[in-house]
Amino acid sequence: MGTAENEIVIDNLTKKFEDVIAVNELSLSVLKGELFGLLGPNGAGKTTTINVLCGLLQPTSGSVTVGGYDVSKEPKKVKKLIGVCPQDTAVFPYLTGRENVEFFGNLYAMPKETLERNVNALLERMGLTEDADRRVGKYSGGMRRRVNLVMALVHDPVIAFLDEPTVAMDPQSRRAVWDFIKGLNNKTIILTTHYMEEAEELCDRVGIIDYGKLIALGAPDQLKEKFGAENLEEVFIELTGRRIREGA
Amino acid sequence: MNTQRILSFAKKDLKLLIREPASLFLIVLFPVILTLVFGVAFGAIGGDQSASYQVGVVNMDKGLYQWSQTFVETLTTTEILNIQVYADTESAQKDLNQGKLQAVIVIPELFGESCNSFFTAPDDPSSWLEATVELYLDSGSLFATQAIPPLIQQMLVMTISGDQPSPSIPVHLGIPSLMEAERLTMFDYMAPGIFAFAAIFLIMTVSQSFTVDRERGLLRRINTTPATSAEFMVGHAVSNMAAAVVQVALVFVMAFLVGFSTRAGAAQILFAFVIVTAFALCCVGFGLITASVSKSPGAATGISFIFIMPQMFLGTFVSAGFSSTAQAAGRVVPSYYVTDALTSLLLRGAPVTSPTVLLDLAVVVVCSVVVLVLGVLLFEKYGNA
Repeated sequence: MGTAENEIVIDNLTKKFEDVIAVNELSLSVLKGELFGLLGPNGAGKTTTINVLCGLLQPTSGSVTVGGYDVSKEPKKVKKLIGVCPQDTAVFPYLTGRENVEFFGNLYAMPKETLERNVNALLERMGLTEDADRRVGKYSGGMRRRVNLVMALVHDPVIAFLDEPTVAMDPQSRRAVWDFIKGLNNKTIILTTHYMEEAEELCDRVGIIDYGKLIALGAPDQLKEKFGAENLEEVFIELTGRRIREGA
Repeated sequence: MNTQRILSFAKKDLKLLIREPASLFLIVLFPVILTLVFGVAFGAIGGDQSASYQVGVVNMDKGLYQWSQTFVETLTTTEILNIQVYADTESAQKDLNQGKLQAVIVIPELFGESCNSFFTAPDDPSSWLEATVELYLDSGSLFATQAIPPLIQQMLVMTISGDQPSPSIPVHLGIPSLMEAERLTMFDYMAPGIFAFAAIFLIMTVSQSFTVDRERGLLRRINTTPATSAEFMVGHAVSNMAAAVVQVALVFVMAFLVGFSTRAGAAQILFAFVIVTAFALCCVGFGLITASVSKSPGAATGISFIFIMPQMFLGTFVSAGFSSTAQAAGRVVPSYYVTDALTSLLLRGAPVTSPTVLLDLAVVVVCSVVVLVLGVLLFEKYGNA
């Protein structure tokens, strides 16, 4: 079991794909109830780290503990605790928005009444109630991403992994998702993003990784102060030497 | 295993079948249209085919035995008929009902005396002793019902009147089942194969469903939930078996609408649902194998034909016109046993307890279990990521 304060503990994690080292001796902890931002450019190892945390990938070395359970040894227990919003929108286009969310709620064996209540509440908060009974295949890209996020949270998980939940969203939708994430109380969240303003707005602490290595860790204000920067993007550029831009 | 999860997977898959036009067409509309088209096209058309037929002979002749012996020898000389002698009518009928024979000839007690009455007074019909050779035909074989009676008649005339055939002889050919068989159309003979034919396309829809879900990242996403592989697979099996039941029901309705004649009762029809549903599991297994080796939905469509084509050509109504070698090769595909069982049940009127039908079901169930387990194992190892 992990310590009481640390909900997620990554200890010296390395993940290799043949000759490529995606995550390189990464160690960090996320406190219970904390919203932690995992930042980095494309290919930095953010998604690989999330995939190891949710049990989709086995570590090459090192260990990962989520909710007090070793992910490699007790994946079933971990899966009951977590909700995962994948980077690429993974929805059934032939189901309605409501059906997609209900389907994932049923996979967590939620009681019918609780499921119905959660589905309605989450769809309402994401502004999807009016379109809830339309097939997702007819949704705009932004609406699909919002459904994608709701599907991860319908069972009210204590730990959520949100992998770039606002990528390719218009500013209005992104702001709506930020407000939604801010309202997620009592959850431990790891949010990956390469939007620095998103991390500044939402995260209690951030870890910046590049080439699979952790290169900075701390609260956004602490990092800005440490590097004498006006914003987090400047910190990142200072550390990685490359501009963060979508699709880079 | 959690029922809520299984039902959730099954409901999701059924919605896919209903809502995706391509799936709806393959699973529901295609068999209906196929039945309609074949029903209309072949509903009143017969066929002709030269082949060899298994014929059982029961010799009840008690009198001048050499006549019936000559008749059997004459029958044996034809290459078209493979004669098998039976001690009693019951065992011959049993083999006929199970499709092992295409016809049974029952030579009556007075056969020899009747032949002799002709031989002694060929020009005096009033002195002839009449007798009837009963001929029972396999009503599940169109070609047998059409080809065998004239052949037997010819052999009978040759036996009695020798090289100079007489237009009239005292021994007649009685065909109690022929009246019924004559009413059957080409479509009636095809219909049992159409049930299996329709289910075969589940291979394609299952493989596409899995590969599309994998491509969309949905399988990975499901892997992050507490749902187990067993629940996932059982959910798929349940939905596809339900689809197969709907297919069978639709094909039955459509077949009856276009005039399908069957000797089946409620038990046989229920059995038809059971065996096609079991076969659906086999198709799910083939679909999983296809999905395991396919990198994309497009590839899955192509590769699925590796399993679809042999099942279709060797095991359904399509094979009816093939050579005996090709028909024998059909025994390696599960669809053959579905068609064979349905032919026995629906056309021959075989009971559900018939050994042939039960053996067919056993083969289909064993094949389904083996293919499904293989499919699940392959998909777990290579296809689920």
